[in-house]
Amino acid sequence: MADVLLQTFALRKEFGGLVAVDDVDFTVPQGSIVSLIGPNGAGKTTFFNMLTGVYKPTAGRIFFAGDELTGRPPHVYTHRGIGRTFQNIRLFQNMTALENVLVGMHTRLRGNLIEAIMRTPRVRQEEKEARARARELLEYSGLRRKEGEFGRNLSYGDQRRLEVARALATQPKLVLLDEPTAGMNPQETVEFTDFVGRLRSERNLTVLLIEHDMRVVMGVSDRVTVLDYGEKIAEGTPQEIQKNERVIEAYLGTAAVSAS
Amino acid sequence: MRRRLAARVSSAWWTALGVAGLDRQRWQGFSPLLRRSVKAVLWVVIGLLLIKFFGVWNNTAFALAAVVLLLVVPPYQRVVIRGFRVGKWIIPAAVLAIAVAYPYYNGSMPQLPIFTTFPMMSTMVGMGVFTMMALGLNFVVGYAGLLDLGYVAFYAMGSYAAGWFASSQFSAQNLRLGAIGVTPGLTGFHFSIWLVLIMAGVATAVIGVLIGLPTLRLRGDYLAIVTLGFGEIMPQIATNGDNLFGTGFNLTNGTGGISPIDPPGFGNWIGHHLHLPANYLTLGTNADRAFYWTVLALVLLTIFCSARLRESRLGRAWIAIREDETAAAAMGIPLMRTKTWAYATGAFFGGVAGAYYASYIGAAFPDSFNFNISVIILVMVILGGMGNIWGVIFGACFIEYLNLEGLPNVGSWLNGHFGPGGSDIQIWHKVLDVPLYEYGIFGVILVVVMLVRPEGLIPSQRRAAEFHEGVHDEPLYDVTA
Repeated sequence: MADVLLQTFALRKEFGGLVAVDDVDFTVPQGSIVSLIGPNGAGKTTFFNMLTGVYKPTAGRIFFAGDELTGRPPHVYTHRGIGRTFQNIRLFQNMTALENVLVGMHTRLRGNLIEAIMRTPRVRQEEKEARARARELLEYSGLRRKEGEFGRNLSYGDQRRLEVARALATQPKLVLLDEPTAGMNPQETVEFTDFVGRLRSERNLTVLLIEHDMRVVMGVSDRVTVLDYGEKIAEGTPQEIQKNERVIEAYLGTAAVSAS
Repeated sequence: MRRRLAARVSSAWWTALGVAGLDRQRWQGFSPLLRRSVKAVLWVVIGLLLIKFFGVWNNTAFALAAVVLLLVVPPYQRVVIRGFRVGKWIIPAAVLAIAVAYPYYNGSMPQLPIFTTFPMMSTMVGMGVFTMMALGLNFVVGYAGLLDLGYVAFYAMGSYAAGWFASSQFSAQNLRLGAIGVTPGLTGFHFSIWLVLIMAGVATAVIGVLIGLPTLRLRGDYLAIVTLGFGEIMPQIATNGDNLFGTGFNLTNGTGGISPIDPPGFGNWIGHHLHLPANYLTLGTNADRAFYWTVLALVLLTIFCSARLRESRLGRAWIAIREDETAAAAMGIPLMRTKTWAYATGAFFGGVAGAYYASYIGAAFPDSFNFNISVIILVMVILGGMGNIWGVIFGACFIEYLNLEGLPNVGSWLNGHFGPGGSDIQIWHKVLDVPLYEYGIFGVILVVVMLVRPEGLIPSQRRAAEFHEGVHDEPLYDVTA
């Protein structure tokens, strides 16, 4: 089996008396595309938020690329190589598309306060390269000629694309996509599924996906993990998950059968 | 409501013009230069007519109108010389030249309507100092979006730093370093004011970090309340610091304040060789000019730093935090560190401004650092347009002018026309003390601006949109880092 990139042990999150994530053991192998599925309120996004440091786990441990990151602030996760998007788009609405991507590069740039005021040759060079790289990322994500647009002026699909571009700008090893196809039409969804595949093949990325659209999940994932009421109820290849009775009972129903 | 009203006025306007043969489409068809000229000329004519109404109609008024037209109409932006876009510097350079030359034509300016005279040199110095402070606060409030209600703490810290290192406050010590105009035989620290400005800035930035570390974990209202607390603590320390912790150590000289503080100056050598003033105070009536040009240089430096930082990695991080703290953290921005930098930068300029002002008035008194100052500086930032350098400068100059000179002038004009023995109609019979209602007037101005133009008078592009469309920022509860 390939190297393990991300691993959690008995990860748990409680909000008051509610157990949102209940002792989940979870593994993402290097270079894989893993999907996390489950009915609404199953704790998927809470789990994501713990994997990026936004929430601190109540108990349990998180390892990424061999180091323990449990309890560290979000920017450390980003710096180590976990990039993410948000379920409800959280772009910097009043910054341009290019600036959004540049913010994503924050941890990969080094210019400090004094250098910025002096605009030293090093900073100038760094900024120039960062801008070039940001433009390239925008183009890669399908946002050519949109670099000067404010985040809020972009169409819904473009906003989603910009979120991905911004996440890629952090130069991640692992990208966490939280319901990336929500609100996309079937055509866009197909394109996006293809795009996720290319992220792995062209950019050498590992992808963790929360997704409701079963065509995306079954089409692109190597492994699928199913959460229900915060508990992991199944794990395996898409084919195994489709046949798993507990999963069908909890969530999938007939949709998966007809999709495959 | 406001938009609907504006739309109605605009449509009525176009209907009226359409009758005269100029409909909207034809107007849009004109060249931009022509459209701009027509608009500018219209404004200037309206302005001149207003001035005429108040009885000020002379050559200088026409000269002023000509200057305005010359600045606004030609398309300077498009001037390119050998590939360099020189154009964008033409208007700032012209405005700078007008500002630098101000002391020379100040005396021959015409009477303004209602405000009577143009600001005196001493007022200009105050305006400069407060512009610097407002730009400093703009780092915190305008860029990083952290509401700071205690900015006066940094002003006080800067002033007292000047008091400690450029006066006889610590008379047990005796150290001189390039100080100017100190009576021989005086003890205490006497450093050159230029050095003191830097020291005050750095000391205040350190205080900013110390205040920031515990407070910047808070969000929104909570942060505002804690900064308010620190804004009250600093003047209290200043008032009671003459017997620190009962040890008898006199840090601030209590209610008496620290005075006199050494004046700025370049010393005899530079004074002789470069013809810069050796000591500002020996310049007599020209002293205020030297103080004015110095503060102008300091303001330019602040503008420079503001502009450079806005387009940098750190500036982008500040704006990202303002826009959406959670997303900013998830994009790898260390929240605490970045916010602390905003605080320290803002504090630095507040400290330098405070130290310079202390050197200008030659003293630091604890009762000049009250909560009102924090609020006034905040009003300057909000009124002009948060986050926009030019807006903040305008807000600071306007408010500080009203504060120091405008309101008394308006008062005497009103009393002269409508007061006892008024030249127009006598409406009231007792002299009206307008500066007494200062805060009421500022309050009304602020309320009106917030209702009519919530983004400030000269908003940044980003802010304008924010206020009209609203921004979502849902707090997540666990982010404390």
